[in-house]
Amino acid sequence: MRMSIFAAIALAVMTALAAPESDSEVAARKAALDLAGAFSNEGFKMRDGHWSGTIKPKEPALVAVNLYAENQYWFSVGATEPAKKIAVNVYDETGKLMQTESYSEGEKAAAGFSPTSSGQYYVLVDLVEGNESSVCLVYSYK
Amino acid sequence: MRPIRSFCAVTFLVGYCAVIGAEPARLPADQMAKAIRIDAISIPTPGELFAALEKPGKPNWIGQMRGPTPTTYKNRAQIALNLGSLIADGFIAVEAKDAQQVKNIGTDIIKLAKALGVSENVLSRGSSINEFAENNEWDALQEELEATQNEVKSSMQTHRDQDLIILVSVGGWIRGTQVVSAAVLQNYDERAAKVLRQPALVNFIQSKLNEVSPEVKDEPLVKEVNGELPGVEKLVSFSAGKAPTLDEVKKVNEAVGKIMSRIQAKEETK
Repeated sequence: MRMSIFAAIALAVMTALAAPESDSEVAARKAALDLAGAFSNEGFKMRDGHWSGTIKPKEPALVAVNLYAENQYWFSVGATEPAKKIAVNVYDETGKLMQTESYSEGEKAAAGFSPTSSGQYYVLVDLVEGNESSVCLVYSYK
Repeated sequence: MRPIRSFCAVTFLVGYCAVIGAEPARLPADQMAKAIRIDAISIPTPGELFAALEKPGKPNWIGQMRGPTPTTYKNRAQIALNLGSLIADGFIAVEAKDAQQVKNIGTDIIKLAKALGVSENVLSRGSSINEFAENNEWDALQEELEATQNEVKSSMQTHRDQDLIILVSVGGWIRGTQVVSAAVLQNYDERAAKVLRQPALVNFIQSKLNEVSPEVKDEPLVKEVNGELPGVEKLVSFSAGKAPTLDEVKKVNEAVGKIMSRIQAKEETK
């Protein structure tokens, strides 16, 4: 229950703060927050910040993040139809694919990662099946 | 909560199966150079930094708190920088579980926010911070501090003060780094020292500072902070996976301490 309340509050705050967004962007954000909310029960704190954009087939989004060794992270992504399946992967500062725990369920996907070195990493959000759609990335840490 | 258990079980089952589809094993340099970099997600919060610091062992958070800082600055850039550093102080007080200090810092945050003319929404955060502090709701306080910082930035955006937004992040990062380096110096631990490695972050901050209007960029304090950052970037550019030595940590602490002293200095900068 706490999960959905937290996600709802976060969504309300972010919606109030952000510039006007389309319905599909709001829906993508809700999907990302719902997914990230599941990790709060595992002690992960959700960052009060997000990235929203669009992904197309063969045109993934790459977002730079700065992470700390010792922390654990979950990167949660929500998309909307016509996206059917999305994937999230993490790369280090040299561009090397990192081994992550992954979760994927249609228009939602997440990658869990514990860096051994602090620094810059890249989160790649890819459209595996479907067509151009709004997408939102949020992340949680503990 | 059964669904969560199932979710975690599914997560565990598919765990360590990172490669979905045909993701490239290595990203090309030009793709990484074009990656999206935004304040809201590319700059970590002080909470993230402090969470990493305390994994190897809980630092003496109370020892890292500082005395009251001035809240009567006239220069808007200086107010923004100090606002960011005060929010970092709020996270420290939360880690130290010092309710009174959280309330004091919350009051100071609101004073500085008022001086910048931010929205009523931000001002109402002050009472929430007090309420959570009185009830020892530490997790909620962390969320409230981060939300306050974001609301201040959002209000700045609305008031066409975009150039000040990065200064809030800079103030928070400098104060956070000062505290972490001081804590590592007090009780050196290689794992804790590794959190100080953030060259790309300092580089990003510099690029954002270079994008601000000439009016803000030419503020003596902003110029001074910006001028110190290339040196700080070098100091936090340790090899990946290698912990900085005690001497290297000391140098980082001195460099950010110098910037912090300048940020909180009482005299006018313009």
